[in-house]
Amino acid sequence: MHELSVTESILTIVLKHAQTNRAEKVLAINLKIGELSELVSECIQHYFDYLSKGTIAEGAVIDVERSPIIFQCNDCEHSFEVSLKDTRDFACPRCGGVKVSLISGREFYIKDITIS
Amino acid sequence: MADIRLIEIKEDILSDNKDLADQIRNTLFAHKVFMLNLMASPGGGKTSLIVNTIRNMKDSFRIGVIEGDIDSVVDAEKVVQEGIPAVQLKTGGFCHLDATMIKMALDEMDLKNLDLVVIENIGNLVCPAEFDTGAHKKAMILSVPEGDDKPLKYPLIFTVCDVLIVNKIDYLGIADFDMDAFKKRVYKLNPSIKIIDVSCKTGEGIEKWTRWLADEINAYLHTAAS
Repeated sequence: MHELSVTESILTIVLKHAQTNRAEKVLAINLKIGELSELVSECIQHYFDYLSKGTIAEGAVIDVERSPIIFQCNDCEHSFEVSLKDTRDFACPRCGGVKVSLISGREFYIKDITIS
Repeated sequence: MADIRLIEIKEDILSDNKDLADQIRNTLFAHKVFMLNLMASPGGGKTSLIVNTIRNMKDSFRIGVIEGDIDSVVDAEKVVQEGIPAVQLKTGGFCHLDATMIKMALDEMDLKNLDLVVIENIGNLVCPAEFDTGAHKKAMILSVPEGDDKPLKYPLIFTVCDVLIVNKIDYLGIADFDMDAFKKRVYKLNPSIKIIDVSCKTGEGIEKWTRWLADEINAYLHTAAS
C-alpha cells in the first residue's frame, strides 16, 4: 500500500548514483526485498514508470529479488529458512528450540543499477 | 553507444527516512522528550488507550499527542478535551506516518514543555510497521475481536514492536479468541516483546501499561540527564 512513497525514494537514490557515475541512461534496477516486507513488485514498476518520466531513469526495468525468511535458533545457533505461510508454527529443526532471531527477510535495499 | 555498466549500490531504500528519524531522536534527546509510536488496526482502541494513558499519567508527565488520520480531526478533538496539546496530521490517503510528517508535527509542538509525545499512527497493521518515525519505542494494540490469527497474517508489525497491548479483554468470554495460542504465535515472532492485557472500557490492566510506559520514560530521561 505504501509503494508510492517507497518508489519516490528508489528514484531519488537511483538518480543520485546515476549522476555520480555520469550515466546517460538508467537501463535496469535490481532491488533486494525480504519476504517479510509487504510490497507488491508490480506496483513499484508501475509507479516508477510514472515518477521517472522525463528523467534519465525513464524506461528502466525493475527487477526484485526476494530474500528468504531465515531465523537463527538462540539456543543452538542453527540457521534455518521458514516460508511465509509456515511462520504460524515452527521450531528449530535441529534442537526444537522456539526462541529465535530473525537474520534475513527484512531486507529493503537497491542492490545495483545498470547504466549506459 | 556508450558502454553499459553495472553499478553496485547496496543502499537502503528507506535510508533518507532512517536518517531523518535519527535526527528527530537527537532533537528529542536534547529536549529530554520521549516519543512512543502507537500502531493498531482501525478500531483497535488507539484513541481510547491514549485517553486512558493521559488520565493516568498527566500528573507525572507533560504529554503531547500527534494524531495521524487519512482525513478527519475527530481523534485530536478527543485528546484536546483531556487538556492535552495535539497536532493533527491529515495524510490525504497515505497509509502510514513517516519521519518527514512527524518532523512537521514536532515543529508545531512546544518540546521544551513536554516529557512524552505519543504518535497515534494510521489505523493499519501493514504499512506503519515499515517506517521509522523517530520514536524511541514502538507499541501496538491488537484487540480481542480482531482474532488470534493476526500474527499469522501480519507478522512484520509483531516483529518490530517493543510492546503489545491486547485490548478489549472484556470480550474474551464472547469472542472466539484463544489467548494462549495467540501469545505463543507472538512470542515465536518476537521472543523479547512485552505483552500487556488491558480493557480500555473497564480499565483493567491500564495501570500495568502506564507503569511499563513510565518506567521506559524514566529510564530514558535518566540517560538524557546524565
